Amino acid sequence: MIKLKSKTQDALLFYVLRTISLVVIALLLGIIFVLIQAAWPAIKAGGLTFLFSKEWNPVEDRYGALPFIFGTLVTSLVALLIATPVSVLIALFITEYLPKSISRIVALLVEMVAAIPSIVFGLWGVFYLAPFVKKVLAPLLKTHLGFLPLFQGPSFGIGILTAALILSIMIVPTISSICRSIFELVPAHQKEASYALGSTKYEMIKLAILSPSVSGISSAVVLGLGRALGETMAVTMLIGNSPVISSSLFSPAATMASVMANEYADANTPLHISSLCYLALLLFLITFLSNLFARTIVKSFSKG
Amino acid sequence: MNYRIYRKFKNFMFLVLTLVSALAVLIPLFMIIQFVLVQGASSLSLDFFTQLPKPVGEVGGGMKHAILGTIYIVLLGAAIAIPIGVTCGIYLSEFSKSKLSKTLKMTVDLMSGIPSIVIGIFAYLVVVVPLKSFSAFAGAIALSIIMLPIIIKTSEEILKLVPNHIREAGLALGLPRWKVILFIILKGSVSNLLTGMILAISRAAGETAPLLFTAFGNMYLSYNMNEPMASLPVQIYTYAISPYKDWQRQAWAGAFVLMVLILTMNLFARFILTKIKDKKGI
Repeated sequence: MIKLKSKTQDALLFYVLRTISLVVIALLLGIIFVLIQAAWPAIKAGGLTFLFSKEWNPVEDRYGALPFIFGTLVTSLVALLIATPVSVLIALFITEYLPKSISRIVALLVEMVAAIPSIVFGLWGVFYLAPFVKKVLAPLLKTHLGFLPLFQGPSFGIGILTAALILSIMIVPTISSICRSIFELVPAHQKEASYALGSTKYEMIKLAILSPSVSGISSAVVLGLGRALGETMAVTMLIGNSPVISSSLFSPAATMASVMANEYADANTPLHISSLCYLALLLFLITFLSNLFARTIVKSFSKG
Repeated sequence: MNYRIYRKFKNFMFLVLTLVSALAVLIPLFMIIQFVLVQGASSLSLDFFTQLPKPVGEVGGGMKHAILGTIYIVLLGAAIAIPIGVTCGIYLSEFSKSKLSKTLKMTVDLMSGIPSIVIGIFAYLVVVVPLKSFSAFAGAIALSIIMLPIIIKTSEEILKLVPNHIREAGLALGLPRWKVILFIILKGSVSNLLTGMILAISRAAGETAPLLFTAFGNMYLSYNMNEPMASLPVQIYTYAISPYKDWQRQAWAGAFVLMVLILTMNLFARFILTKIKDKKGI
């Protein structure tokens, strides 16, 4: 048996660890490379007009991504509009209002929402939320806010609004758990100083907790956005999957993720497959950039 | 005087708002759990675990193939992801100051943000296209990429909890560093590392999107890695969007089994992780 010096042994371990770490980094680069390669025919055929063309027609082999980009952005933004205030308030409720023993349980319950598989959300959405939107929510919105183009037209239950509602439930744990960890960083003397000036609890929260945490909250929101953009199954089951652009929130639509889930297995022509890969590449880039953005905010936040 | 009442009122309204928003999330959570419990339990029978699907029109049958398929694919994925993930975790906790470890940390963050459907397409392009067939192996690869960042992150955190004086004690005894890492740090954290793995497995077991065009799914029992294989989430999806009442009932039963499986694993792992952190006083 060869006897190595312990220094050599250490170097050996170091190189094994290093190599495997490099493999993981290479994997991420590999994902990018493979997607670009698969999307290349569609990039060559469509180029940038792919992004702005409204037509998605697999029968005539013509592809444009605009309806899906629209669907993805609208569902995610509506979901964020609902989820952001709710998540921030829940985080405050847990950290500031509840006694420690109960707050742990509530925090655990909120985190449990993140553990539910998205297919179960989809199933619940189809059999409970969609009928609820059709029978209760949509008529209510129509009678009170029907003058807005957002709430016009018939509601079939499934559509942008339903998908956005389920998305907002799904991203609350992401946003609120980050907000919670930010609020817990606020030093106690800062809160006490605010109380000492005679502020009520609400004023203390506004002055001592919320205003110094704005950048942290925004990074939490961006991370939530990244989660919403890429969510597939629940949205696929609830959005109606038709590539149309409509001003009404009741109308069906399709997202980048949902069209991939629906069409990828049955895609026949090479251009169709390639166009779907182009969409995958776009989705990857959008989530990649939003995560990168959130990370830089967090970094500057933790430094300051 | 009036202003004081106004401030108190605002204070109270804010409390009400936080309460309402907490309820806005907890009520759907309870509704989903209650819905799945009621609908799922009423559709559940012993046949569900022991029978294969019956053809359309015949009542009955079960999801034995999908339950076994999920276990098979997830374990195969875990077998790929765990060794790589723990190794990277060691690197991040023991050599955290190197430049590579900062790059790796960023890679892990970005990787955990990739939409699962994109990972599915990647696995399709890398495994299904060259082998010319949907396969359980492709599904396992896709799931392993989903598990990888979770395993790396949790193992890094867990190994960092080992206090430095233990490392120094080992080195002071004249042990080479690799022995300290392998026989002291790693060996002492095995049970804690396992909880991280359970967390990753519970996440992967519920994934549908990456399996849609990798493992694909079928209607019979198969143990062949190179063939399409059914999985619980994909089977639930197929049944849920079908027009047959009996299949929809089966989807509920499947959702029930999947939820129980995942929530048990998840709660168990979380419970242990918080206990570990409490003990170390963090």
